[in-house]
Amino acid sequence: MSESAVTKGARKRLTWLGVLIIGLVAIIGLGTATNAGASFAPKLALDLQGGTQIILAPVVQAGTKVTEEQLAQAVSIIRQRVDASGVSEAQINTQGNNNIVVSIPGTPDENTLKLIRSSAKLEFRPVLATSQGISATASGSGATASPTPSASPSASPALAGVDAATQSFYDSLDCSKPFRAAGQVDDPTLPIATCDTNGFSKFILGPVEVEGTDIADANAGTVTTSTGASTNTWAVNLKFTGAGSDKFAKTTGRLFPLAAPQNQFAITLDGYVITAPTLQAVITGGTAQITGSFDKNSSKALADQLKYGALPINFEVQSQENISATLGSEQLTSGLLAGAIGLLLVIIYSFFQYRGLALVTVGSLVVAAVITYLMIALLSWRQGYHLSLSGVAGLIVAIGITADSFIVYFERVRDELRDGRSLGASVESGWKRAIRTILVSDGVSLLAAVVLYALTVGNVRGFAFTLGLTTLIDLAVVILFTHPMLELLAKTKFFSSGHPWSGFDAKALGATSYVGRGAFRVSAAVPAGKAAKASKEANKRQTLAERKAADNAADAGKSN
Amino acid sequence: MSKFSDLGNDLYTGARSFDFVGRRKVWYAVAAVMLLLAIALPILRGGFNFGIEFRGGSEFRVAGVSSQSQQIAVDAVHSVVPESEPLVSTVGTDSIRVQTKQLTDLKSEDVRVALAAAYKVPSSAVASSFIGANWGADVTGKAVNGLVVFIILAAVLMALYFRTLKMSMAAVLALLHDLVITAGLYGALGFEVTPAAVIGFLTILGYSLYDTVVVFDKIRENTFEVEFSEKTTFKQQVNLAINQTLVRSINTSIVAVLPVAAILFIGATLLGAGTLRDIALALFIGIIVGTYSTLFIAAPVYSQFREGEAKYRKAEQKVLANA
Repeated sequence: MSESAVTKGARKRLTWLGVLIIGLVAIIGLGTATNAGASFAPKLALDLQGGTQIILAPVVQAGTKVTEEQLAQAVSIIRQRVDASGVSEAQINTQGNNNIVVSIPGTPDENTLKLIRSSAKLEFRPVLATSQGISATASGSGATASPTPSASPSASPALAGVDAATQSFYDSLDCSKPFRAAGQVDDPTLPIATCDTNGFSKFILGPVEVEGTDIADANAGTVTTSTGASTNTWAVNLKFTGAGSDKFAKTTGRLFPLAAPQNQFAITLDGYVITAPTLQAVITGGTAQITGSFDKNSSKALADQLKYGALPINFEVQSQENISATLGSEQLTSGLLAGAIGLLLVIIYSFFQYRGLALVTVGSLVVAAVITYLMIALLSWRQGYHLSLSGVAGLIVAIGITADSFIVYFERVRDELRDGRSLGASVESGWKRAIRTILVSDGVSLLAAVVLYALTVGNVRGFAFTLGLTTLIDLAVVILFTHPMLELLAKTKFFSSGHPWSGFDAKALGATSYVGRGAFRVSAAVPAGKAAKASKEANKRQTLAERKAADNAADAGKSN
Repeated sequence: MSKFSDLGNDLYTGARSFDFVGRRKVWYAVAAVMLLLAIALPILRGGFNFGIEFRGGSEFRVAGVSSQSQQIAVDAVHSVVPESEPLVSTVGTDSIRVQTKQLTDLKSEDVRVALAAAYKVPSSAVASSFIGANWGADVTGKAVNGLVVFIILAAVLMALYFRTLKMSMAAVLALLHDLVITAGLYGALGFEVTPAAVIGFLTILGYSLYDTVVVFDKIRENTFEVEFSEKTTFKQQVNLAINQTLVRSINTSIVAVLPVAAILFIGATLLGAGTLRDIALALFIGIIVGTYSTLFIAAPVYSQFREGEAKYRKAEQKVLANA
């Protein structure tokens, strides 16, 4: 016995659904197996796992606005700082086009908070001495008396203006260990001892000579030769402000004649040396070029740091919220419990209303839940999505909205049955009508989700995101599962015979007692012209797909 | 249950019918009174009860308390800042949330220590935080933007789908009705307006229109070429459509409201003040009002918008003449 086209179509769609689910499982499974950071357990936001959320708002002069680039740069600077302070799993995001949200698991100490709040400080200091970052003293092998490495021949008390404390701090400095207090602020008029950001070298630096705010612009580019031809060497170009040019000219004029390493100046960001170029000339023009072993990316990174680290964006804490870990897990359990109760209620109600059909509802909801769970696991891996309490609420609300699509569909099929059609025919024609309604109503929901996601901030976004995601999944499930299942079930005796428990009991539905679906006969007396107009209108009201199909049919007719 | 499906059958065939369209003056009057109350009552009560996210202030959470007595907290706060009137609520099963006006760092540390002592917990179990007044305003400002953009886009989408601006106008009118009434209820009863409540409020947008679109789809189907009918009028067809989709409307609303009710119940009983309760409450009110307004406002208003069109009036006269 050959299978009917309907059965084949249904099987095909179910297969696609299977492929979709297996595909998701495979991707996440692969990500987990290869230690790529994937996990079948979605990441949780702070309100579900406990922690502190700080919202920072930039303080800017009236009339000025913070640009997206500045904000992104601030985020990356804050991320560097938080990472440096040893807090793991911190999330730092922008919120809207203005604020920065820092989420830290657990309760941060005062230092971490200070660190987050202080703005990036970029300074130019002359290099007084430098040596390798890991000093011999750090090995602790009784070599404490060993002199500071050769690169700093002048590492003696003879260094002008360097007090003994700074000198001894420098001597014992080990760049592989944390040495700066979080949020430490240095006196710009005194020398400091510090390391570069990757811990390769340590320095004694003189007082600040040029400040970050003196930089007008910085960009990365390739070096051009004197003939104007560009080379393959990457460099960072600096442009100073008027006042900055003067200061920089004075500094370079003083430093250039000195012997190495004192002909170097260091650029520090938050007290760490990001670069310490050697001067090759006195720079008076207000522009400078830093060359070295840069590639395209590293030169751009440095240029960005110089450019944005230079911007005096100060942040003020707009809100700070602490959630204890117990409360977090309590919120999660409550959310899950609410979801379970909601699901159960929906299932019970469907059984009362739709009897056997409720099995399709339950099955569809389970499929939707599985896909949603996998999608959230995937998104928390790929996009850093964290499920929050409002996200959980969104998912629970979605149970009802997803089930609504099934109801719209089932009721349509019942309408067709009432018109006296067979179940198989009712499922097909009911589907054609229902899918249009489902498409447009889901379209409205999706529109709401997209608009809210795009235009709002914070929790609203998390909620809008889950709502949009579940709307799409609802659509996929109704097309790839609910409908094909109903098609297949319509073939079974239990359903097609209209068993009282099938939910499609023709008698209970009062079938054939009425024919016409609120339709009416178009009177024969209607003038021909009007009738033609009416059928033109009917054509106009075809859906796009129908029109396309009709056009294709017409084309096929022509070509024959 | 079989009664309910009988009702469905009768509504479908028209054997039984509720006159949604014909008695619209009654529904409009009800809506007018409701809207008036929704605007007047919050004003009389003195405006909305905004949460700390809108007012700004300091917040303390005491975890792991053995007694959730709120007086302890009030006394503890008064011992540091006598003039402050703290808002105390229970959160979860063993936490207390205390909200005060904005305190200085020093004072807030004092309050923290006082609370820890009063509840006999280590001071590390008391988390203090503060919330700037801008935050809630920021969230809401953006939310209002989103709301306006959504309504415009949704109106365009519906106008395109239904091929008539009038349906889209009727749907948006009903949506505005839902929003005003939900907001009014919040204001009148003094429910706390928090960012979570704003989220719930925004979700009404999608839901209210979802419901309306389902009914309008049936109306469009039923009134298609009704101007050529000699038996039935535009008004009657609209009313039939509402009745035919009534069971569907009730079922979809109940199914949508059940999970929301579960969140509301769990949120309010297990968690107390917080995100779940606030989202669910706004949504719970909104879904019920949204279903009501689809049946009693959106559809009758649409009928009123169109039945006056010449082609429908002419057709109606013919039908009446035939009767």
